[in-house]
Amino acid sequence: METIQELWNYYQLNGSYVMEQFFRHFLMSAYGVLFAAVVGIPTGILIARYGKLSGWVLTAANLIQTIPALAMLAVLMLAMGLGANTVVMSLFLYSLLPIIRNTYTGIRSVDSSILEAGRAMGMTGSQRLFMVELPLSLSVIMAGLRTALIIAIGVATIGAFIGGGGLGSIIIRGTNVTDGAAIILAGAIPTALMAVVADVVMGWIEKALSPANQKRAAKAGTANT
Amino acid sequence: MLVFDNVSKVYAGGKRAVDNLNLEIGEGEFVCLIGPSGCGKTTTMKMINRLVRPSEGKILLNGENLLDKNVVELRRSIGYVIQQIGLFPHMTIRDNIALVPRLKGTSVEERNRRAEELMDLVNMPKEFLDRYPHELSGGQQQRIGVLRALASDPPLILMDEPFGALDPITRDSLQAEFKHLQQTLGKTIIFVTHDMDEALKLADKIVIMRAGKIVQVGSPDEILGSPADEFVEDFIGKERLAQARQQLQTVGQIMNPDPVSVGMGETLSQAVRVMRKRRVDSLLVTDGAGVFRGWVTVEMIDRHKNWDAAVADIMETDVPTVRADTLLRDATRNILVRGLKYVPVVDERKHLAGILTRTSLVDVLYDSVWGDAEDESSGLADGEGA
Ligand SMILES: Nc1ncnc2c1ncn2[C@@H]1O[C@H](COP(=O)(O)OP(=O)(O)OP(=O)(O)O)[C@@H](O)[C@H]1O
Ligand SMILES: [Mg+2]
Repeated sequence: METIQELWNYYQLNGSYVMEQFFRHFLMSAYGVLFAAVVGIPTGILIARYGKLSGWVLTAANLIQTIPALAMLAVLMLAMGLGANTVVMSLFLYSLLPIIRNTYTGIRSVDSSILEAGRAMGMTGSQRLFMVELPLSLSVIMAGLRTALIIAIGVATIGAFIGGGGLGSIIIRGTNVTDGAAIILAGAIPTALMAVVADVVMGWIEKALSPANQKRAAKAGTANT
Repeated sequence: MLVFDNVSKVYAGGKRAVDNLNLEIGEGEFVCLIGPSGCGKTTTMKMINRLVRPSEGKILLNGENLLDKNVVELRRSIGYVIQQIGLFPHMTIRDNIALVPRLKGTSVEERNRRAEELMDLVNMPKEFLDRYPHELSGGQQQRIGVLRALASDPPLILMDEPFGALDPITRDSLQAEFKHLQQTLGKTIIFVTHDMDEALKLADKIVIMRAGKIVQVGSPDEILGSPADEFVEDFIGKERLAQARQQLQTVGQIMNPDPVSVGMGETLSQAVRVMRKRRVDSLLVTDGAGVFRGWVTVEMIDRHKNWDAAVADIMETDVPTVRADTLLRDATRNILVRGLKYVPVVDERKHLAGILTRTSLVDVLYDSVWGDAEDESSGLADGEGA
């Protein structure tokens, strides 16, 4: 009871600070995922096309994923120094695997007879990619982005250790004072909330993009016009 | 139009799917490729639109090596109905049908008009255009697959078992529709099927394949009339072959070559004697050179009291005849429709060659329709007797 009172007081006093860290936290995660998408989706497409590369690339991405977060941050810190950029860099690296893997799987799982139909009708390689492969694997790729974002929100918390800021810094402050439970909660609750909301929203987008629903959306669109 | 010149395809792993194929396909021809599963029909087809690259030999389209052409343009100029239907699940039926025109840069209005026109062609409602493939039955999807291949009006269309998923009634009407279409539009069509009936019905030329090789090429009549070997016979099927034999038999083969006849100079009493001796009630009349002139029946003689008159005086001359080299299927219709009991058979110089009776016709029909059943039932009867 006392803790809740303290928590409430903390928010009353530091509301804008918490808000600021919340957004900072979110932006770091989002940037990390965004950059990973910019690199990972084309990579996924590439290795789906040239199967021989896929083994190497996926192994490398897997390897990155197994490095403990703290170790990764420490190593990157040595190279890039303290600050948010280093955190974004590590989030980028962590996000690569789910994004590459899902893009690869999504494109690979497009029915081969549909691809053959596309080829036989005289689609060029890029027409096949943009008219067939990507539309049909969009929801799987979105699922990859969703996983990546959830991971990133979690890992970003640790980023506070190397001066990245974010909700993690509130939690660390809580661990450094005696009786800091309320402060720890003040940082942890918004973090968890962000992860849950991100999961729900991304899941919703993912569903909307699945081939079955694309159809419905498109139909509603033509019905309205 | 299309020439296969010693074409072979060896897949990775050494499978010789097509083995030294030579084939010539003319403009406007409807060619059916037929053969057991895995004999290389699809592979042959895919080499035409370069989905598969020949390992040896070359394929010429209008005299030009396919491999020298721009592959994308080549494919847009060849309609292809793939074996697995392969409609794009995320596109409406309209977009599916109008895909090639879209790739070619045709305007939206033109594309819509074309899609609607094609739907009319297969009697499907236009509302279907805004549906998605998964909202259609398998047979309907298959029809859309065919329409998609027709959309840009290509001169050459490849069809890989396009009617496989249709019920017999829809298939029949679509086959008829399609054959008509092909003839009026003058398309060249290469059509893969498992179904011999389908091939016989549609093809101008049937190509029978086995293990990557062509066993026989010919028109449906040629294939039915003289199957190259046992494999082809088996493939056509005994029943169909027997039926075809009957259809391709000539009158000469089943007529009675020894008709009871009388010279036109003979007297009626002589004629009656012949009738009595051979136990018949009518005689065919020939002149001295053996040319058929008419017939007399016992009633005609009976009506005419003077038995010393010549046969020529009372014979009926207006008698339908049939030539010995007429195909049986043509003669049968005539005889059955006119309700004749028998027809005199003549050769090309009008000489009497024999007689075709209704009974012998029925025997032939009976053989072809019931021939096998008879064997079985006699076997059964034996079993019962023992
Ligand atoms: N991509 C491929 N790689 C290796 N072998 C193949 C490939 N495609 C086909 N084959 C083999 O080549 C042979 C001919 O195949 P094809 O698809 O041309 O047969 P088909 O006559 O169309 O048979 P079906 O009537 O079953 O469709 C088969 O033995 C098949 O297993
Ligand atoms: Mg096939």
